[in-house]
This record gives sequence, structure tokens and C-alpha cells, in this order.
Amino acid sequence: MMRALKSFGAFWYDFIIGDDWQVAALVVAALAVTALLVHAARVNAWWLLPACAFAALVWSLRRATAGKP
Amino acid sequence: MTAALPLVLTVFVACAVEAIEALTIVLAAGLTRQWRSTFQGMAAALVVLAAIVGVLGPTVTLLPLTALRLVVGALLAIFGLQWLRKAILRATGYKALHDEASAYLREVAAAEAAPEVAKRGVSDWYAFTLAFKGVLLEGLEVVFIVITFGDNQRDLGAAVVGAAIAVVVVTVTGIAVRAPLAKVPENALKFVVGIMLTSFGTFWGAEGAGVKWPGNDAALLVLVPVVAAVSLACTAWLRRARRSGGAAGSRLQASVSEGISGP
Repeated sequence: MMRALKSFGAFWYDFIIGDDWQVAALVVAALAVTALLVHAARVNAWWLLPACAFAALVWSLRRATAGKP
Repeated sequence: MTAALPLVLTVFVACAVEAIEALTIVLAAGLTRQWRSTFQGMAAALVVLAAIVGVLGPTVTLLPLTALRLVVGALLAIFGLQWLRKAILRATGYKALHDEASAYLREVAAAEAAPEVAKRGVSDWYAFTLAFKGVLLEGLEVVFIVITFGDNQRDLGAAVVGAAIAVVVVTVTGIAVRAPLAKVPENALKFVVGIMLTSFGTFWGAEGAGVKWPGNDAALLVLVPVVAAVSLACTAWLRRARRSGGAAGSRLQASVSEGISGP
């Protein structure tokens, strides 16, 4: 039972988070800051999430290819 | 129907990629073992998937749209960025291309080596579990895409139509050629799906966080090409880096050989 639960969890982790958990962390953080800016500071920060998504992609690609020929 | 076309097309391409991967596994099980147990495995997986859709579909619809868009948008953006990352690394040679022909040969070799064991009313347990796992895992991805896209656009019917067409087209083509669909440009498809998932995910996620997009839904018409342009720029950047890295490596190797063979 535990093994089945573990492999079920591993499947969903691999399915959604994939090879780089830091991309997921950056997207979640960007969404939290966007919500904060919209609701607390009344700033319509529509640009923040796309900017962070692009930065996360470039950063992840840079780390994945660093030192590789 | 015209308004639903982008949704149908996005779900169609995403589900076609998953269906091609499931087809490779089913063909390996059916052609090398036996079709009866393979079909039983497929049928069992489809029953489990139908139960998941039956439970999850209505539950997700009950969630308020803002919360749904925040959670699903975040999931889709993360999911889409992972697809894009993988597709860019494959397109630039930093990661090996996913090859359905070699994946098929690996499955066939494993299927031929496994003993034939009858279990729980199934004459070939290996063929049953191989088909069951393949269809269930790839099917779960299809279900995830259909429910998230369908519920967010409040048009589950259009998402189901896109997925159904993808599954039918891949199945019919698979039956016709009786071989894995190795000629389908899978990485290019994954690249397109990554762009769409990232764009929709970013759009819905930000909306869920309370953002008002300039131009409302029309913002997607700008967001999709911008995500595509950034992804293509990343591909060009990594290709250039790889070429210049390779050239620098060759120069280094030449100077080392020169030093060894020199006076």
C-alpha cells in the first residue's frame, strides 16, 4: 500500500514538477508576489508572472547546459 | 465553435503526443505477446480513467473560478515550462531526442524476455500490466489536460472533443501502419504544446491572482507569440553556445594534438 502511494506521488511529482523543482518554486513565488501587489498595493502587476516565467526558463536552461560541450 | 477552436487545437496536439506514447507501449505488448491480454489491460485502464474523470470532473467544476484559475494556472505554467525546457534541450542537442522507434524496440525486447504467466483470469499477465500501465499513465496526462483546460474555459465539451479526435486519429493511424509513429515530429509537437501550456497557465494563473489583463482575453493573442519568440530565442542562443563551445573544443583539441606531435 505504502509502495503504491509512493509511486503514485512520484508519478505526479515527475509529471508536474519534472526535472527542475526551482522552476516550480519561482512560478509559485511569482504568483504569490502578484497576488500581494494586486490586493495589498493595488498594482495591476500583469507583467510579473510572464517576466518570472521567462527568467525561470532561461535560468533553468543555463544551469542544465553549464559546463556541457 | 470558432471561439472554442484554439482550445480544441491545444488539447488535440497535447493529447496526440500522449496518445502516440501510449500507442508505442500497446503495440509492443500486442504484437510481441498477445492481443487478448493487451486489450484487457487497455480496457481496465480506461475503466479506471473513466472513474477518475467521473469523480474529478464534477468536483473541479464546483470550485470558484478564481481559485480554480490560480491553482490550475500555476500547475499549467509549471508543467508547460518543463515541456518547453525539455523540448529546447532536445532541439539543441543537450538532451537525446525521444525516439518512438527505439522506445518500441526496448519495450519489445523486455516483452520477449518476460515469461508468460496466467493470473486473475488473464492469460498473459505481462501483456496485461504493460498495456494497463501505459494507457493509465499516458491517459492520466490526457485527463489532466482535458479537465484543466475544459474547466478553466468553462467548455469541457470542446476539450473532450479535442482529446477524442487526437486519440481516434492516433489509434486509426497506428492500426493502419501497425508500427510506432516514429515519423511524427514529436519534439516539435512538444515545443508547441509547451508554448500553449505556458501561455494559458500564465494567463489563468495571473488572473487567479487578481490581475486584469490589458485587453482581457485578447491578451492571449499577444502572450502566445511572445512565449513562442522567447522559446525560439532560447533555442537559437543554446545552438550558438553549443556551436561556439564545440568550435572552441576542436581548437583546444587541435592545439593539444599539435603540442603532442610537435617538435
